Amino acid sequence: MMRRLLGVALAAAALIILLYGVEDLPPWGDPNQPASLHVSPRYIEKGLAETGVANMVTAVLADYRGYDTLFETAVIFTAGVAVLMLLRRRKP
Amino acid sequence: MIDTLFTHYNYWVFAILLVIGLYSMMAKNNLMKKLIGMNIFQWAIILYFISIGAKRGAQIPIVAGTHGQGQGLAIHAADYINPLPHVLMLTAIVVGVATTGIALALLIAIYKKYNTIEEDEIIQRLQQ
Amino acid sequence: MIREQKDIIIHTICRILIPFMQVYGLYVLAHGHGSPGGGFQGGCIFAASFILMPIAYGLDVGKKRLAERRTIILCSLGVFIYGGIGLLCLLLGGNFLDYGALSAILPVGPVMARYYGIAVIETGVQITVMAVMVSIFINLVTGGSHEEEMQKTHD
Repeated sequence: MMRRLLGVALAAAALIILLYGVEDLPPWGDPNQPASLHVSPRYIEKGLAETGVANMVTAVLADYRGYDTLFETAVIFTAGVAVLMLLRRRKP
Repeated sequence: MIDTLFTHYNYWVFAILLVIGLYSMMAKNNLMKKLIGMNIFQWAIILYFISIGAKRGAQIPIVAGTHGQGQGLAIHAADYINPLPHVLMLTAIVVGVATTGIALALLIAIYKKYNTIEEDEIIQRLQQ
Repeated sequence: MIREQKDIIIHTICRILIPFMQVYGLYVLAHGHGSPGGGFQGGCIFAASFILMPIAYGLDVGKKRLAERRTIILCSLGVFIYGGIGLLCLLLGGNFLDYGALSAILPVGPVMARYYGIAVIETGVQITVMAVMVSIFINLVTGGSHEEEMQKTHD
């Protein structure tokens, strides 16, 4: 019971802090927000001309940011190995 | 305050989802419910990032009708939504799947050893 | 615990549906260049067809189709393909993962060499994601002890 009240109090405090911070964020769908300004127009405008791939998401994922995708594949491989190591135990 | 509600309502939805996940991780007793809370938390963050990339009156980031031959087209950045948050969140989703898989394997191993997945009973059996 | 479903409706529907799911997974991979899709998405759909098989037919039929040793080898084959293409670009004179250097061995220009490099690495990603999803599912469902579960499914 104590833990539940403490959980509600902390969650309410986190909600108030988050809603207070929401007012400084750019409005939804603004084309001039900082997330769409620096390197993203270059990926959109030159993606088809430099890679020949019409899908800009695949071009950025596999060509411009291919190093991240290599290590993400290594992450999912490590997860498969970790589940194997946790559950397959030989009885000695 | 009220017109902030009309232009920023997507951020409010994600804040509420995040806090639901946070409460679930903190206050629930069952380990499986804590794991579901962690998953809800993570999806709130992923949806928040994807909503940042939207632009009004823009299309999805695929140049239509080219099949690899239209290298001479003039493409304007204001016509297509931002592809960068989508790319980063693909990685985040895969990491989330990996984390959930390993957490479920840990739950099975805990259940085999202590025969329960309620947190207070596990702590009791640990102290004996 | 997976118990085999003895219902004839489920057996018939799954027998029809599983090849279509596999073809759809490969379609999503191949059309990642012109429509939404790619390696991760196609890999998950392809894995779903392999996960449907133990659920409908029992664990021994599922294990016959995709044995454990073959699944683990496929997991590492995908990462190996990805790293191998990157290393091949390094050996041909470009940077690591710079697919434009592949135009030294393929008869196309540097722009289309990047196109084909992206296609090959997406295939590698799909193989890894598919094998890892099936492996995690089988291990979670049997709790690690595959042989005892296979004896229990036909009670």
